[in-house]
Amino acid sequence: MVTLYDFELSANCYSVRLMLSILGVHYETVSVDIYPGSDNRSEWFGKLNPEGTLPVLVDGGYIISDANPCLIHLAGKYDDTDRWHPIQDWMVYPLMLGWFDFARRLTASAGVARTGVAFGWNADLPALQAEAHRLLRRLDEHLWFGEKQGRDWLVAGEHPTIADIAVFPDVVLSEEGGVSRQDYPAVRRWLDRVRRIPGFVVMSGVFPAAPERSTVPLDLRRS
Amino acid sequence: MGLKKSGGTSEMGHSKTLAPALRDLWHVIAASQEVPMGGRRVTTLFDTGLTVSRNERLRVARNDDGTLLPVIERYGCIWTSFGSPSADLFPILEYGESDRRNIIAGSIGVNVSAPRAIENFLDMGHFPYVHTDILGAEPHTEVKEYDVEISFERDEILATRCRFFQPKAALTATEGQDVDYIYRVPHPYCSVLYKSCPTDESRLDVIAIFCQPMTEETIRAHLMLSMIDADNTDAGIRRFQQTIFGQDRPILENQYPKRLPLDPRAETPIRADKSAIAYRRWLSQKGVNYGVIPQQLS
Repeated sequence: MVTLYDFELSANCYSVRLMLSILGVHYETVSVDIYPGSDNRSEWFGKLNPEGTLPVLVDGGYIISDANPCLIHLAGKYDDTDRWHPIQDWMVYPLMLGWFDFARRLTASAGVARTGVAFGWNADLPALQAEAHRLLRRLDEHLWFGEKQGRDWLVAGEHPTIADIAVFPDVVLSEEGGVSRQDYPAVRRWLDRVRRIPGFVVMSGVFPAAPERSTVPLDLRRS
Repeated sequence: MGLKKSGGTSEMGHSKTLAPALRDLWHVIAASQEVPMGGRRVTTLFDTGLTVSRNERLRVARNDDGTLLPVIERYGCIWTSFGSPSADLFPILEYGESDRRNIIAGSIGVNVSAPRAIENFLDMGHFPYVHTDILGAEPHTEVKEYDVEISFERDEILATRCRFFQPKAALTATEGQDVDYIYRVPHPYCSVLYKSCPTDESRLDVIAIFCQPMTEETIRAHLMLSMIDADNTDAGIRRFQQTIFGQDRPILENQYPKRLPLDPRAETPIRADKSAIAYRRWLSQKGVNYGVIPQQLS
């Protein structure tokens, strides 16, 4: 039995829901009312995770807190192909850890801006938004050069990894924190690729991918 | 300045004079749960910084000059006014029924004007596309004919005979159903919705949106629920409503212009927008001048 302690509007919870769905893992949800209820500060939740943060995954008696550890656990246990978590590949694995760190910094900037706007929590919005833009610019460059090299994902060549799932939520929700993605075309293309991964699910504020563009050249389409 | 308190010298945080129809109204500034006993919260209304505090009693003061403002607590929220408000707020009689669950589902900041948020709340046309498999689903996309009236006696808009197929009308719904809706707009920035209750067909669930205009283009939306639901937890009920509101958010934030144009020629309505047309006309007649683009008389 897999149980996710979950808050619908949390980007970090969303990355775990995404991974569960993509891997086809059956699970049940326990709603933790972070806002406005502050359930994560309650005594019962403190016994589960003294840090008071979400998500928390309980799988067969093991308790795993925070998004990135949850992703590692899920890919390690439920992905028989090892493509989502290529731990054997000493070239790829360290890069993946780097993107986990990137995802954390994105949560601390774009993510905090978003919850600041939505829930009225104290946040230095201009500073957070500036840092989020800096990170998005870096991401855009990385993805743009990747496209030139035939790499569609953050690390591996042909298949997404849990790094993509870790970074995706705070990027796709950035506009709710006042961080536009207008200047990052490669980021937008990558968002669409993630949205087309089989098993992809949406959350509030995230829409499914538009239908894929026709590959028929324009001049042929007209006739 | 329209906002000047008698005897005071301070002005609003920006240069606009608030229309009397807005100045003398009660406006929501916080959910009661945000200001517990001994608590204090800084917020913004009409570009003006306010501090709400609760000790022996509830107080609302302007941050610029400390002037105390009138305050009442209704429907799980704290309300104040910059002018001379009526004795009480608009009534929601169901709120007092003893078996109802009265819950504030959240106070959520959105980069949109208050009238745009109200108009979206009134719109059934977006249900199948934005709230897919909850409040609507293809192919049930038609907004059937409904009635709208502006009640001059009660000074509010009423839309009745609204009906829409909903796969999951509330957390208590176990199957799709045709749901009856009644919408009230009893305040330029507030709307109250009554809809069929899945567990008791003789009664209606109540969902209200109270918009706090912080600036012309940013609000906090306070979502109030008064439900017949003996089974679900507060957390579950809140989650359901936050999910729906979270789906609306990117739609709201991507509307341009962010302020609501009151000129009937500014945007092209369809039949389903009947309540929106009445709403815009009502705002125009009241002279509402905040969060809107007033009609230019040529």
